[in-house]
Amino acid sequence: MKYTKDHEWLRVEGDLVVVGITEHAATQLGDVVFVELPETETMVAEGDEVCVIESVKAASDILAPIDGEVVEVNQKLVDAPALVNEDPTGAAWFFKLRVDDLSVLDQFMDEDEYQELIG
Amino acid sequence: MADLEADGLVRLGLHDLHVELGGKMVPFAGYEMPVQYAPGVMKEHLHTRSAAGLFDVSHMGQVILRPKGPMAELVAAFEALMPVDVAGLAEGRQRYGLLTNDTGGILDDLMFTNRGDHLYVVVNAACKAEDIAHMTARMPAVSVEPVTDRALLALQGPGAEAALEAVLPGVSAMRFMDHRVLGDTWVSRSGYTGEDGFEISLPMAAAAVFARKLLAEPGVAPIGLGARDSLRLEAGLCLYGHDIDTTTSLVEAALTWAIQKSRRAGGAREGGFPGATRILRELAEGPERLRVGLAPEGRAPMREGVEIFAEDGTPVGRVTSGGFGPSVNAPIAMGYVASRFTAPGTRLLGEVRGKHLPLTVTELPFHPTRYKR
Repeated sequence: MKYTKDHEWLRVEGDLVVVGITEHAATQLGDVVFVELPETETMVAEGDEVCVIESVKAASDILAPIDGEVVEVNQKLVDAPALVNEDPTGAAWFFKLRVDDLSVLDQFMDEDEYQELIG
Repeated sequence: MADLEADGLVRLGLHDLHVELGGKMVPFAGYEMPVQYAPGVMKEHLHTRSAAGLFDVSHMGQVILRPKGPMAELVAAFEALMPVDVAGLAEGRQRYGLLTNDTGGILDDLMFTNRGDHLYVVVNAACKAEDIAHMTARMPAVSVEPVTDRALLALQGPGAEAALEAVLPGVSAMRFMDHRVLGDTWVSRSGYTGEDGFEISLPMAAAAVFARKLLAEPGVAPIGLGARDSLRLEAGLCLYGHDIDTTTSLVEAALTWAIQKSRRAGGAREGGFPGATRILRELAEGPERLRVGLAPEGRAPMREGVEIFAEDGTPVGRVTSGGFGPSVNAPIAMGYVASRFTAPGTRLLGEVRGKHLPLTVTELPFHPTRYKR
């Protein structure tokens, strides 16, 4: 698992990159009550706002961590946004990206580096 | 008891208890107050509705109004600042009031209590300095005395009566808006959550011990200001600075229930308060806009500032409070819309992230109130 400074996690699954938010991010957001996902087959660029998360406190965005094509989204989150708080690094993945070259993930933090960031 | 920190925020007497209880302390109207505890806003909200929530609202302004001469002069002076019947309030009873400005807007909303030879008033934290200056300047026959050495706790929810009765025997006989002085503890049966409950003013130095006693009672949990906001929104109650301010009249704000007959046209003490011309005219003719409940049809919350449109795209209003209602399990909002769009059931559109999403004008409150009348 890799981590971004925006508190997203990235996991390689075959030739795809699965993206979600960290437990730390989910805790900071508070109870999530609404999730808006991107359309599949959308090309996104690093830094694009691709998802909206609304908690009881505020609205925030998930940014695309890398360039790629959204090939799958987790519809379960739309019906059960609380999953983001219950299982942020498991069942509550947000979308899967197809990227040209998986080596782009090398730039991101590993678990220890991320723990240091939030510690 | 109130310590000023380096960041300019005031820490009140229960600060250390909040931290011990896991409270997340945030700046609020110049004070450092708990916005939530470990369970979070959603669970704290639902706990208050099902059991009992203990809130620290010590940042609010407590003020004693004492007449320099006869009590009748204080009553008359206070009625000259509010479109509210002060004279008719019995001793030991509390009432909702609003300080109006000369253009018919609202300077603050407050609770006042008749304590026989003086009035006890609770005002909003963010407004208290201005309120005190305003009352002092406009009521020369009255001594306006800020109370700075007392905490204010709110115990709210269906379990509040049993919990407080265990600590302060006798309070269960009180009805909604009753007030009692029990030694140096002042108890009102009121609150701002839509639930039955009490507000308890007591010396700051005694507050932590008292709070711990309440927290030891079955079902009582500490609740942060985050849940207080979602509870009051579900109850359809206004938040000063958001739903009401110096530009909104109380008629527009759908608070006309707060103006008793005696202060209306034809009443014994008609008018005679700041902004009376506008307020009495709006009472007679109806306001141009009105605060209404708004129910977004989808799951996306519509928060403060969301612009509201008619179905043909004409702008008709704006959301002033909005979020997610944990007890109604849906997004809820309040806002002002032009008068011809205020009938319950009217379908409108709210602009969220550039999209016009449907919402419906709804009766308030969103969640039934449960006051013990």
